[in-house]
Amino acid sequence: MGLHAWLTLAALVFAIGLFGVLTRRNAVGILLGIELMLNAVNINLVAFARFNGDLAGMVFTLFTIAITVAEVAVGLAIVIVIFRVRRTVEADRLDLLRG
Amino acid sequence: MRLIVWLPLLVLALPFASFLLLAVVAPLRRRGRAAAAASIAAIAVAFAAALAIWREGFRVTATWAWLPGDGGPMGTVGLLVDPLANAMLVLVTLVSLLVQVYSLGYLRDEPAPALGRYYTYQSLFAFSMLGLVLAPSFLQMFVFWELVGLCSYLLIGYWYDRPSAARAAVKAFWITKLGDLGFVIGIVMLWAATGTFEFEALFAKAQEHALAIPALGTIMFLIYLGAVGKSAQFPLHVWLPDAMEGPTPVSALIHAATMVTAGVYLMARAQPLFALVPDVLVLVGWVGAFTALLAATMACVEGDIKRVLAYSTVSQLGYMMAAAGAGAADAGVFHLLTHGVFKALLFLGAGAVIHAAGTNDVFRMGGLFRAMPQTGVVFLVGTLALAGVPPLAGFYSKEAVLAGVWEAGMRGPFLMLALTVLLTAFYMFRVVIVAFFGPAPAAGHPHEPGWSMRGPLWLLAALTVLLGLRFATGGGGHHGPGWLAPLSVSLAGAGVALAWAMYQRGALDPARVAATFPLSVLDVMARRRYGLDALYAGLYRGFILAFSRLIGWIDRYLVDGVLNVLSAGTLRSGDALRRMQSGRAQDYVYGVAFGVLFLMIWAQWWR
Repeated sequence: MGLHAWLTLAALVFAIGLFGVLTRRNAVGILLGIELMLNAVNINLVAFARFNGDLAGMVFTLFTIAITVAEVAVGLAIVIVIFRVRRTVEADRLDLLRG
Repeated sequence: MRLIVWLPLLVLALPFASFLLLAVVAPLRRRGRAAAAASIAAIAVAFAAALAIWREGFRVTATWAWLPGDGGPMGTVGLLVDPLANAMLVLVTLVSLLVQVYSLGYLRDEPAPALGRYYTYQSLFAFSMLGLVLAPSFLQMFVFWELVGLCSYLLIGYWYDRPSAARAAVKAFWITKLGDLGFVIGIVMLWAATGTFEFEALFAKAQEHALAIPALGTIMFLIYLGAVGKSAQFPLHVWLPDAMEGPTPVSALIHAATMVTAGVYLMARAQPLFALVPDVLVLVGWVGAFTALLAATMACVEGDIKRVLAYSTVSQLGYMMAAAGAGAADAGVFHLLTHGVFKALLFLGAGAVIHAAGTNDVFRMGGLFRAMPQTGVVFLVGTLALAGVPPLAGFYSKEAVLAGVWEAGMRGPFLMLALTVLLTAFYMFRVVIVAFFGPAPAAGHPHEPGWSMRGPLWLLAALTVLLGLRFATGGGGHHGPGWLAPLSVSLAGAGVALAWAMYQRGALDPARVAATFPLSVLDVMARRRYGLDALYAGLYRGFILAFSRLIGWIDRYLVDGVLNVLSAGTLRSGDALRRMQSGRAQDYVYGVAFGVLFLMIWAQWWR
């Protein structure tokens, strides 16, 4: 398999993630979409590292995974707090910043 | 600084200090009587200093640089003390002092803060008038000229809650401003042509015949316009009778003895310059004589005692200006000084009468001589002086004016002035006979005023008599042709006799006399003030009000309209844009996603 195949896979995963972020009404679903988009980036990094023989991409990926974990932890915590306050996690109804 | 400058400077500084004190220290001003005491003390010391200056016969010129300019100061301030200024200083401080003392009695029932305000204005006026008299340059004169105008406005409008007083104040201000406009244009033109405002420099040039400016006639005419406004000459005399809305002491001080004579003073001060433009002088003479006659006819049909005196003042100012126009400015100033004394006396006497009778209308007074003999005597003295009966002061100054006009060969003005002598005697004795000797009305118990009012009256009356006696024994003044004195006395006598016949004896019915043909037209016209007030009112309504309506329309609909459209558009578009902010995070992500997509496409294909 060539680089193209990996990049296409990454683009597909990113598009699915973006679609999820844009269309899911549940805050947890949106977080999942974000995870997918981040992992698409990871696939890209690993693929380039593999085909260019440069280990830096791998190292970046490790960092990204670690940061993603932290982000999910913080994101879920926020979602839980919002649920406690508003009794809902529907993104459409979290519109306090409406102009 | 030389020591000699101190005394004139003191005269000027004292009223100013008292004004500052009263203006700044509000508790003192609100005390009323205390404020009056401060003001009177200042003007009394100033009067003593002015007397000392006059006795010493000071002649001082002192100037200090004021406005910097290329090659020496552009404008200077300073003092110019000469016999002319000396005499004026004494008159101004004397009348100010007496009027301020008199006001203590006249305005006794005023609330204390209002009284304090009154004395603050009085101090400011004294300062301004003295500054005008001492001015060594046109520039300084103009500054103080405007200041006295301001004081006149403030004091006419002293009872500002009366609509008529407020209107009269504004009218006086505007109409004198009309003349002042000419004045300021004139002095600036003169400065542009000669490079100096100072009298002495200008006079020196005039003597060396170095003033051959082509526009000098125009310039002097414009400067004369200032005097027309201030000294209530035809056609700008309409403000002075209305100015009688102010308290009577104010009328005596500002609108009889001092401020209105500023125009005559200007003519006398700038005499060497006016002498270069005989055409303007002829105009001054004719306008002065015409004003004298016109105002006298209006005084004959007026029933308000103060307005009679006001028209009489306009008429006498006409005399002074006619003298100035005939090149006899010293006779004009002579008449100014004597007139200042006896007209102040008449006004203060009228104030006492009004105070006692509670009305301004002479036909609702009567029998006052029995009720208040002292006021009656002093009023009679003033009336005789004004009518020009020897040996009172007015006779000599009026004769000097007539002699000056006759010798200048101005027959037309002379005839008008001679006729005015008759009318003056007539209208003054009409007032005296009706108010003091007529049948007393049933209501009211008039009484003599208190000493603070009677004192100044007696002093002025004594001064009128003494000045007259001094001229009678000392000769002095102009000597006209021998037939002049008998003529003017017989004219005055005829006027007195006519008034006596019409209002005392009843031999002639005033209504019937006024109805006979040539007089009836005059009577109707004089009662309507020759349509001049109506003309000004019409001009005011027709032009100024219409113009201000137009401006108001433009402001309301064009200027404000543009702004309203702009602000409404901003509001609307803001409201529309507001809806973009849905508050939903996903909408923003849409924006970001499609933005990035757009950028990518743009970077790929269109760049």
